[in-house]
Amino acid sequence: MNTPGRPKRKKPLPSPGEWSFELIDAYHVEIDRVAREFKLDTYPIQVELITSEQMMDAYSSVGMPVNYHHWSFGKSFLQTEKGYRRGQMGLAYEIVINSNPCIAYLMEENTMTMQALVIAHAAYGHNSFFKGNYLFRQWTNADAIVDYLIFARNYLTECEERHGEEEVELLLDSCHALMNVGVDRYKRPAKLSLTKELTRQRERAEYLQSQVNDLWRTLPTQLAKAPTVEHHRFPSEPQENLLYFIEKNAPLLEPWQREVVRIVRKVSQYFFPQRQTQVMNEGWATFWHYTLINTLYDEGLLSDTFMMEFLHSHTNVVYQPGYNEPWYQGLNPYALGFAMWQDIRRICEHPTDEDRHWFPDIAGSNWQETFDFAMRNFKDESFIAQFLSPKVMRDFRLFAILDDDKDPKLKISAIHDETGYRRVREILSDNYNLGSREPNLQVWNVDLRGDRSLTLRHQAYLRRPLAGDTEEVLKHVARLWGFAARLEVAHEDGSIECLHECRQDRRKHDKP
Amino acid sequence: MVRIIDRRFDSRNKSAVNRQRFMRRFKHQIREAVADAISGRSIKDLDNGESVSIPGKDLSEPRFRHGRGGIWETVFTGNDQFSTGDQVNRPQGGAGGGSGKGKASKDGEGEDDFVFNLSREEFLDVFFDDLALPNLVKTQLARIQEYKSQRSGFTNDGTPANINVVRSLRGALGRRLALASPYQGRLRDLQRQLDELLETRPDDDPEVVRLKDEIGILRAKIDAIPFIDTFDLRYNNRIKVPKPTTQAVMFCIMDVSGSMDEEKKSIAKRFFMLLYLFLTRTYEHIDIVFIRHHTVAKEVNEEDFFHSRESGGTVVSSALELMKEILHSRYANGAWNIYGAQASDGDNWDNDSPHCREMLAQTILPFVQYFAYIEITRGEQQNLWREYEKLLGAHTNFAMQHIENLPDIYPVFRELFKKKLA
Repeated sequence: MNTPGRPKRKKPLPSPGEWSFELIDAYHVEIDRVAREFKLDTYPIQVELITSEQMMDAYSSVGMPVNYHHWSFGKSFLQTEKGYRRGQMGLAYEIVINSNPCIAYLMEENTMTMQALVIAHAAYGHNSFFKGNYLFRQWTNADAIVDYLIFARNYLTECEERHGEEEVELLLDSCHALMNVGVDRYKRPAKLSLTKELTRQRERAEYLQSQVNDLWRTLPTQLAKAPTVEHHRFPSEPQENLLYFIEKNAPLLEPWQREVVRIVRKVSQYFFPQRQTQVMNEGWATFWHYTLINTLYDEGLLSDTFMMEFLHSHTNVVYQPGYNEPWYQGLNPYALGFAMWQDIRRICEHPTDEDRHWFPDIAGSNWQETFDFAMRNFKDESFIAQFLSPKVMRDFRLFAILDDDKDPKLKISAIHDETGYRRVREILSDNYNLGSREPNLQVWNVDLRGDRSLTLRHQAYLRRPLAGDTEEVLKHVARLWGFAARLEVAHEDGSIECLHECRQDRRKHDKP
Repeated sequence: MVRIIDRRFDSRNKSAVNRQRFMRRFKHQIREAVADAISGRSIKDLDNGESVSIPGKDLSEPRFRHGRGGIWETVFTGNDQFSTGDQVNRPQGGAGGGSGKGKASKDGEGEDDFVFNLSREEFLDVFFDDLALPNLVKTQLARIQEYKSQRSGFTNDGTPANINVVRSLRGALGRRLALASPYQGRLRDLQRQLDELLETRPDDDPEVVRLKDEIGILRAKIDAIPFIDTFDLRYNNRIKVPKPTTQAVMFCIMDVSGSMDEEKKSIAKRFFMLLYLFLTRTYEHIDIVFIRHHTVAKEVNEEDFFHSRESGGTVVSSALELMKEILHSRYANGAWNIYGAQASDGDNWDNDSPHCREMLAQTILPFVQYFAYIEITRGEQQNLWREYEKLLGAHTNFAMQHIENLPDIYPVFRELFKKKLA
C-alpha cells in the first residue's frame, strides 16, 4: 500500500482542456484509490454529466433529481436563468445529492481539471460526509429519498387531477410558508420507503380522518358543564412542529390534504441537516478535494497546467473578503470550514504550545482518527464551539459586534485577542445555531371550548421581533387549520402580547 | 464502482412545467406588463420578447423569521481597526457590513421587483391568450385544400420536360450493353482468330476475308443497337400532396382626412398591427391590402399608408367601393379568408354614411370572415357609428368598437376577437 503523500513519480495523466468519458474514468480511478488510502467511507458513486440548462433545472428543484411541481420552483428557475444568462452569476460546478448511490452532477462546460476537482469535492468529500455525519444518519434516509420524491410527485399530480391545480397550489403555498417550522428538531423521524409510504398512506388517510373529530367531540358536553371547570389543554404540551401538528390535528383537512402536508414536512425534514452543517460539510469537501488532488500531484500523476488551474479555482472558492469590502456577504462557509479542517490537521500533526493548551485532547493525535470523530459527531454550532482555534480566529481577524437597538451605537464586544477568543467563538457558534437564528414558534393552544382557534406562541429571544410578513404566514396557518389563528409573543419579561389574529371560517365557503 | 452516466441528452425542459405554473400564477401582472408594453412600444418591437417586472411583494414567499431589532451579536472577518469595547456608529444604508448583517437586505428583498424576460412566443401567447378569430371553427379555415407538388421517384412515362437525363442514359447504357453482349463475345473470338491468321497468312487469304466479313456484319449489328430508345426514358415523378395551407387577406382601411390627427392615426396603426400579428399566428400566408381614403380612396403600400400626409374631407364609401373591387378581382376564388379592418374618426360626409352601411351589408359582409370597425374619437360617436350600429344585429361577422386613447386598444382588441364558442 502506498503511503499517501510520498513522492513517487508516475506517468502523468493527460490534462487536455476538454474532458472525455475515458479521462473522467481514469481520473476517478486515481482519486478513488487515494480516497481509499485516506479511508474515506462513501456511498457508491454515480456521476452524471449534464448541460447548463439541466443544471438550472436541478437548481430550481432544490437540487433534487425529481420534485413535485410548484410555481416557486419556476420562480427560482427564472431567477437562476436570468443571473446566468446575463453573466451575473456562474452556476455551481456541481450538485451532489445525499442519496444512495450518491449522485453527483457535473456540468459539461467544465474543463477536465474542474471535473476532477468536482469528483474529489462532491463524490468523495460530500459523499463521505453524508454517509458519516450523525445528523444525516439520523435525519435523512439516503436509500429512499429519490423514491420518496417520485412518490410525492406522482401523488401531487394525482391530487391535481382530482382536485384541480389551483387547489393543490394553494395548499402547497401554505405548507411552504410553514416549512421552516415544520421540522422535528429533536425527535428522530421514521425511515422512508416507497412501498411502505404507498400502503401506509391509504391507511393513514382513513384513520386520520376518523380521528380528527376529537375536536368536535367535546362540543355537546360543554354546554352542560360549568364554564369554570378546568379543561385539559390541547395540545397538552407546546408543539414545535407546526406542520406535524396540522397534519394530525387540523379538523377540516381532507385526507389528501393531510398527505400533502406530510410530503412537504418530510421534504423539509430532509433538508434540515444540510442547513445545520454548511461550514462543516463544505469545509470537509473542500479539504478533501484539496488533499486528494495534492496527493495525486505529489505522486506525479498530475501535470503542472492541471495544478495551476486547480489552484486557481480552489483559491476562488476559499476566498474570504473582509467586513469592509464591498463584496462582503458574511463568512464564506467554504473558507471557514476549509481553514478549520486544515487547522485541525495542523493541531494533530504539528501542535504548538497554544494548541496543547487549547486542545489537549487532539494535539498530537492521529489526524485521520480525529477527523473521523469530528466529522461524525458535530454540526456547525458544536463544531465551531469545539474546534475553532485561536489561530484561525487570528487568521480571519474575527471580531464580534453587538447591535442593540436600544443603544445608539454599535459595540465591539470581542476581538481576536487573548481575552476575546472564547467570546468570539461562543458568538460565532451561536450565529450558526438554528435555534437562535430562527424564531422559536410553538403551537400553544387550541381553544376547544370556544371558536377552535389555534394559538401560536413566539418565544422572543433578545427582543428580536418577527419580520413584517408574519401576518401573511399566519393567514396560511389559518387556511390550513380551518379556523382562526392567533399569534402571541411571549416577551422575556414574561408578558404576553397578541400580535396578529387571522379569522377564518372555511365551513361557510366550502360547504354551501 | 463508479457509474458515469451521460444525461446531457435527457429531457431538457424539466422546469418548463414550473415555469408555466409561475406564468399562470402571475398571469395578471404579466398581462398588465404586456399591455403596457404594447401601448408604449413602436410597431417593429412587437416581435421581441418583453421583460416583465412583478412587484416583489406579490411573489414573496412568507416565512416566520426574525425582523430587524432586538439584540444581535454577530461575528465578522477582517478586523483592521477595532479593539474590544469600541463604539461605532451604525452604518447607513446597510452596505459594507456593519450591523444588521444579512437582516437588512433580507427585509429589503421583499421590496425589489422581480424582473424576468418573456420570450417572444410567451409574449405573444399572453397577448393572444384565449383569443381566436370569430367563426374560425365554423368556416373551417384551416381546411382549405391546396396541393403541393413534391418529388416521388421516377416513372416510365411523362412529359418530355420531366425527362431525367442521367437516369435515362444510364438505362440506355445498360440496355446497350445487354443487347450487344452476345455479339461482343463472338466478335472478340473472331478478332483473335483473325489476328492469329494474319501472322501466317496474307491479307487476301479467303479465310481472312471471311473473318473480316463476319466481323463487319457483327459490328454492324452492334452499331444497329439504338443509342437511346423510348424504353430507356425515365421521367421525374412529381405527385400532388394535399397541403393544408391557410391564407388570408387583410384589408386595412383608414381614414386619412384632415380630421384624423397623428394620435388617432397611431391608434389605428396599432390596431392594424395587432390584427396583423394575430393573423400571422393563425395563417401561413397573409396578404395585406392597404386602402386609405379621404374623399377618394387609393390602394397604397405600407409606408405610404402609415406615414404620408393627406388632408381634406371624408367619403368613406369610396374606400369600401375600392375594397369591393379588389376583393372581387383578386380574392374571389374562395381560397382566401378575408378580413376587413376599418379605422376612422367617424366623421363622414353626412349623406355618405347610409350608403356605406348598405354597401357593407350587401357587397362586403357576405364575403368576409370578419369586419371590424373602430371609431377613434373622444366623446360622442359620429354619424358613421350610428349607421353601422344598425348592422350589428343582423351580421354576426361584423363588430365595432369605440376607442378613446392608446391604452384602450388592448381591451378593445380582445373584445373584438373574443373567442366565440362554436
